[in-house]
Amino acid sequence: MRRVALIAVPYLWLLALFLVPFIIVLKISLSDYALSIPPYSPTLDLTTGWEGIKSFFGSLDFENFTFLTTDDLYWKAYLSSVKIAVIATFCTLLVGYPIAYGMANAPDHWRPTLMMLVILPFWTSFLIRVYSWMGILSTEGYLNQLLIGMGLISEPLMILNTNTAVYIGIVYTYLPFMILPIYSTLERMDASLLEAAEDLGCSRMQAFWLVTFPLSRNGIIAGCFLVFIPTIGEFVIPALLGGSDTLMIGKVLWEEFFNNRDWPVASAVAVILLLILIVPIILFQRNEQKQREAEE
Amino acid sequence: MRRFTWFNATSLTLGFAFLYLPMVILIVYSFNDSKLVTVWAGFSTKWYGTLLQNEAFLDAAWVTLQVAVISSTIATVLGTMAAYVLVRAGRFAGRTLFSGMIYAPLVMPEVITGLSLLLLFIGIGLDRGVLTIILAHTTFSMCYVSVVVSSRLVSFDRSLEEAALDLGCTAMEAFRLVTLPIIAPAVISGWLLAFTLSLDDLVIASFTAGPSATTLPIKIWSSIRLGVSPEINALSTLLIAIVAVGVITASLITKRAALRQEAEERAAERA
Repeated sequence: MRRVALIAVPYLWLLALFLVPFIIVLKISLSDYALSIPPYSPTLDLTTGWEGIKSFFGSLDFENFTFLTTDDLYWKAYLSSVKIAVIATFCTLLVGYPIAYGMANAPDHWRPTLMMLVILPFWTSFLIRVYSWMGILSTEGYLNQLLIGMGLISEPLMILNTNTAVYIGIVYTYLPFMILPIYSTLERMDASLLEAAEDLGCSRMQAFWLVTFPLSRNGIIAGCFLVFIPTIGEFVIPALLGGSDTLMIGKVLWEEFFNNRDWPVASAVAVILLLILIVPIILFQRNEQKQREAEE
Repeated sequence: MRRFTWFNATSLTLGFAFLYLPMVILIVYSFNDSKLVTVWAGFSTKWYGTLLQNEAFLDAAWVTLQVAVISSTIATVLGTMAAYVLVRAGRFAGRTLFSGMIYAPLVMPEVITGLSLLLLFIGIGLDRGVLTIILAHTTFSMCYVSVVVSSRLVSFDRSLEEAALDLGCTAMEAFRLVTLPIIAPAVISGWLLAFTLSLDDLVIASFTAGPSATTLPIKIWSSIRLGVSPEINALSTLLIAIVAVGVITASLITKRAALRQEAEERAAERA
């Protein structure tokens, strides 16, 4: 009896506030836009009984999804989200790997402090961390002042409101997600493997590429997924740092919902976004599963 | 014993400079006398003064704090229960769906979570306000809590619980007297995680907050869309300071506890 209650409470909570809302999104994505409150039709009217249910299901259709394929704004936004996420993930890896490597090879008593320094930004507001780049990257910003002061450029660079700013913002805010998994695989690595490689005639560089890098593969894969998956649906970074030509699907969904008030189309955008994310999410879980099994 | 090589020292210095310089600049310029954020005109704390008189911000901060405390507390209870179910309950009908619903919100884009919850609240005719934000925050943060707590539950020796049951504890007593104290650090860090997630959330709160309740991130959002302002710098500095003090205190406490435990173990060995 008590066991049933223990399972039922969190189960019902998640059903009511996670699964049911998602089914509603799916349903509304199949509805039509209407000038009413709520702004879509049909709404399920149970008072008319079976006829009501039949006409309800009868008028659901894939019109919104066909609409998404006809307006090239949407598929361009999906493509550009994936492109931005891929490039940003790669940049995060380039920046994050040397930091993780440096941490894993730091003196033992330094490591807890370095670890805390990486985690600390997790606890500070995401919004503020993105905001801090607005002052740096704007045309009168600190970066341009510095570069002009150093005599490197004479005209201020236009960085804020471009895709470059979006990449900087993503690398900056998601960096800890990349560093931590790579660090944890590098830290567990057996140092004697490197000695063996050097005894067998490898140079330092060769030993890194032939031994260290392949052994940190799992950390790299995990880090890349942890950056890539949330980046696809990102809204805050493109809205604050990106320009009017920065197309990301999270931003499109937001505008469709809040500015155009087209709920059915916003829901259809959400459904397709999820379909795109299913593949990397499943791959990520497989990778985690494999790692867990390998450890056991 | 590993030592810093020049390569490692450089990459760490550059890496941490990249992570912390933007925040340092923001903090420094929050004490700028000028109204222009990019021109330094001498030291001043006037922006903190105007901030503390800005009632819209204070009201929003109060709503945010209430939402965070209530939602993280409920999320901790629900998340701990969910973790217990995942690790201990064995097989039951719909287990796959249950664990799926625990992990899915962790990777679900915030815009989708926000949109779907809003559509639910409208569907059932619940007016948007503090209550709907609390419900939304509880739902996504309970999943984080259950992941943190279940990792601790997995590594924990089950025979201790069985011993308590053999010695005449009821299941509830065994949980309260044996299991809970052992998983307490995970439960506390789960609460803290849920609390900061709630404080920080902009996207889900924007969807689920009505005109009657505005949280601090929503307030900050609407003012930074107009550009960088010294008042927001001051507010950001305060938030960063609160987090830094909190995290450093927590880590000092756990470090001291670990040291004490180590000393006790050494004393016990000697005896």
